Amino acid sequence: MSEAIAVKNLQYAYPSRSGEDSAWVFDGLNLSIEQGSFVAVLGRNGSGKSTLAKHFNAILLPSGGSVWVFGLDTTDEAQILEIRRTVGMVFQNPDNQMVANVVEEDIAFAPENLGVPSAEIRQRVDDALKTVGMYEYRTHAPHLLSGGQKQRIAIAGVIAMRPRCIVLDEPTAMLDPQGRKEVLDTIERLARENGITVILITHHMIEATRADRVIVMDERRILADGTAKQVFSQVELMRSAGLGVPNTTELLYALNQAGYHLPLDGLSVQECAQTLRNFLGEPGGNATCQ
Amino acid sequence: MLKDITLGQYFPGTTLVHRLDPRTKILMVIVYIVALFLAKSYVSYALMLAFLVTAVAISRIKPRALLKGLKPLLIIIIFTAVLNLFYSGGEPLVSFWVFTITKEGVINAFFLVLRIMMLVMGTFLLTYTTSPIALTDGLESLLKPLKKIRFPVHELSMMMSIALRFIPTLIEETDKIVAAQKARGADFESGNLFRRAKALVPILVPLFVSAFRRADELADAMECRCYHGGQGRTKMKQLHYARGDFAVLLVGALLLAGVIVLCHFGL
Repeated sequence: MSEAIAVKNLQYAYPSRSGEDSAWVFDGLNLSIEQGSFVAVLGRNGSGKSTLAKHFNAILLPSGGSVWVFGLDTTDEAQILEIRRTVGMVFQNPDNQMVANVVEEDIAFAPENLGVPSAEIRQRVDDALKTVGMYEYRTHAPHLLSGGQKQRIAIAGVIAMRPRCIVLDEPTAMLDPQGRKEVLDTIERLARENGITVILITHHMIEATRADRVIVMDERRILADGTAKQVFSQVELMRSAGLGVPNTTELLYALNQAGYHLPLDGLSVQECAQTLRNFLGEPGGNATCQ
Repeated sequence: MLKDITLGQYFPGTTLVHRLDPRTKILMVIVYIVALFLAKSYVSYALMLAFLVTAVAISRIKPRALLKGLKPLLIIIIFTAVLNLFYSGGEPLVSFWVFTITKEGVINAFFLVLRIMMLVMGTFLLTYTTSPIALTDGLESLLKPLKKIRFPVHELSMMMSIALRFIPTLIEETDKIVAAQKARGADFESGNLFRRAKALVPILVPLFVSAFRRADELADAMECRCYHGGQGRTKMKQLHYARGDFAVLLVGALLLAGVIVLCHFGL
């Protein structure tokens, strides 16, 4: 099976207190995520992206339709540990996902829950810490670390389960630019070098451009789905979803509006500069700007 | 301002006392307390004191740090001393107005003060030389037999370690809330006791709300990391008794036996 996650006709409604019919969050959502891919899910607050993410490891269960992770149905009660072990999840606030007051004890938490033998836990903890570059901090207290470091510890805590897929729900929302970069670099490395399927939930379009595939959600529906270039070149659509586009696309779009016909897919600064050079008729000029 | 509060202070080290299995240390403290309450005479007190002094010396904990722990108990210690001084019958030494100080009173007061001080210092030695995590692990392991009568041992130790983990986080949060309320003109420093207590409400309400939200998120995060109670759970760091632990436990047994024998012979 080459699908990591398959969402089939997903329906979901938050349980209502009065027992009356509550509003559907999802009404027939379909989505398929390839194994080993790096996918960003982009959307503004309330677009349903976090609710969708919680279906990927059976924290929420569908009211109708089904969600399959690596061939397992999330409604299968007997497989719940296997599902959660396979699809790890990292949340927004690193403080609220740590259970122990020593870094290595915290990372050992998941393998301990899984009943892994002691010697192997030690190995997994060390490996996970090295993967996120936090090995030197293994005996520190988490509350003395920076936000970016804490979030990397949270990621290591999930890696220690040896998952095949990691879902990160706005992992950088509470971090400063430095911490944000640390965490994104770590995430990208996991996807590119460790072959883990990564699903990054974010409302930050620059973060989304790092992914192989960008899924844009609005009003609890999938609005656009494709590579970053394909998605961001649909400027009007992105704006209707309450999202901006990267500055580079914004510039090219503004030039387009002014009557210059430029392709909109120059996403990075280099690509954008190249597009402009090509347009100005500087043949094959090497983009040397920073 | 609240960051200075230390709970269950721990001084890291590598001495024999630090390296002992936490279970050994907990058992030793229990033995020590029992022996202390059995001790009745100068000889047995001398034995107990010798044990405490040796343990402190090996741990390299500064006696000053231990004495500092007695400070909050000063009033209780003085109160017991004074009470015993005047209210023990026997041969009067000094007498004025309605008060009589007896010889027995002086002896009783002296022993009681010594007992309280040694009790506190002995238990403090445990928390000073054992990390909170080792302490909860040790407690969980020692209480394991209670699982048979459905006592929630694992849940209890999990709650303890999560509480320890969140103390600094919640203290930080309290600092932030205090600052935020001060910025809106809240006054925590003036007024009588009642007013000041009332001024704490705008701190406690947001603190509780946020603590519940944190608990909710933590529960989700724990579930995502496959937490499903204590069943089938393993430990990264397993506790095991070493040769030193057996030696120390033997010393403890001898101490208790010695005090019981001394007590039996009325010494």
